[in-house]
Amino acid sequence: MKNKKIKTESERKPSIWVYPIALLLFLFVWQGLVLLLKLPAFILPSPQQVWMRLGVAIRDGSLARHLLATLTEVLSGLFFGILTASLLGYLLSKSKVLENILSPFLVASQAVPVAAIAPLLIIWFGSGVMSKILICSLTVFFPVLVNTLVGLHAVPDSMRDLMRTLHATRWQTLRYLELPAALPILLGGMRVGATLSVIGAVVGELAGADKGLGFLINVGRGQYDTALVFVAVLTLVLLAICLYGIVLLLEKRLLRWQEVK
Amino acid sequence: MNEQSFAFHLNAVSKNFPEKEGELEALENVSLEVPPEQFLCVLGPSGSGKSTLLRLLAGLLKPSSGEILFPGNEQPSVGLVFQQANLMPWRDVWANISLPLELRAVEPQEIERRVTEMIELVGLQEFQHAWSATLSGGMAQRVAIARALIQDPDLLLLDEPFGALDAITRERMGTELLHIWEKRRKTVVLVTHSISEALLLSDRVVVLTRRPGTVCLDLLNDLPRPRSDETRYDPHFVQLSRTLRASIEQ
Repeated sequence: MKNKKIKTESERKPSIWVYPIALLLFLFVWQGLVLLLKLPAFILPSPQQVWMRLGVAIRDGSLARHLLATLTEVLSGLFFGILTASLLGYLLSKSKVLENILSPFLVASQAVPVAAIAPLLIIWFGSGVMSKILICSLTVFFPVLVNTLVGLHAVPDSMRDLMRTLHATRWQTLRYLELPAALPILLGGMRVGATLSVIGAVVGELAGADKGLGFLINVGRGQYDTALVFVAVLTLVLLAICLYGIVLLLEKRLLRWQEVK
Repeated sequence: MNEQSFAFHLNAVSKNFPEKEGELEALENVSLEVPPEQFLCVLGPSGSGKSTLLRLLAGLLKPSSGEILFPGNEQPSVGLVFQQANLMPWRDVWANISLPLELRAVEPQEIERRVTEMIELVGLQEFQHAWSATLSGGMAQRVAIARALIQDPDLLLLDEPFGALDAITRERMGTELLHIWEKRRKTVVLVTHSISEALLLSDRVVVLTRRPGTVCLDLLNDLPRPRSDETRYDPHFVQLSRTLRASIEQ
């Protein structure tokens, strides 16, 4: 009985060795494809070539420069997107009228792909960092807004009654009840927003920029330096994973009370 | 009339809720004067407006007509306990009890002192740092009662506080509530479905009719205190409980 239980638990939780093994397997298949199909480097560079290109990009400082640009856009976009979305979400949850007036516009705005309006924003706000921050904010905005609304609606009425009998002010209700009660759902929105912000930055940079990892992809493509495109893409993946991980850590830290269930 | 002679006074209070078609009359013409420190139980079938009555007293609702008078003409402080303990899951037992004091910006040492005292009163010393999700129903409800009492309210309002508990826990919690009340005398209004609970705890039982709720019986419960589980077998208890049952089933 006891043995059986231990076995099922080890089955459910994959050991940490799974990840490096999967990575090795991936590299192996990649290298195999290159050798087997005899593809030229400008179509599919080998892992080795990408590795070498990465070394060059790190040494000449170009990777760091472009990563920093994208990181600035992603983080500022996240910051402003989350700030405006949660503020508006709070206001909408307080006013049914406002929600009724604005929600058709909000849903319609979501039907427009960011990639479609990115060129417009670049015309209006220039090809610098500003337009990218705006694009990132826009991609982050909607999921965070929806989750703010869902989170605030999930606050039980009986707890609102409790706060009212305690004569809590609006600010106290926000701080002691609404914020902690909505936090799990809010953080879920941020987790999605973090990866979306990376996508937003790249879309913006591809539409027109002079720096950033999206710009680096454009450069690599223009020069048939496909290994550079790979370097940029892998850096982006790593960036998104890191941001996702940070929000996950934040959740673990802030939502300890959920684990006891 | 002397200001101190009543804890609250309902004067021909009615409450209607607007519905799709017409209005839902929850309470109709309820008049009731309750002296300070009285333990009042409100009995009645489902939908007799018992909870509406409590919410009116808590200031969460305003009467449609009639008036509710309080001493000094201001809303008294209330401690409200619901059927569900309604604890904040992100706070531990201690922090749930201290919440009302935190909201009133009471000094930390004072909070410390009063919460410690209250945790002792409800017997939760061993669980003071437990998350509320780990508590049993009875323990959670004790936390809710402690939270309601911590700010020393003028009125303690209990809305079927033991309704979600099993029968044994329910009886024990009733006895405990009685002990707490004897140590901290308050005006209590307890809404319940249980006749024996009402008789064991109260000084007075008011029975409401089915919707719209009106007072159909106002019974002085003169069973001698202190009461115990033995009281249930007292012939007078049986007689009172027969009277109450008859008026509920009318």
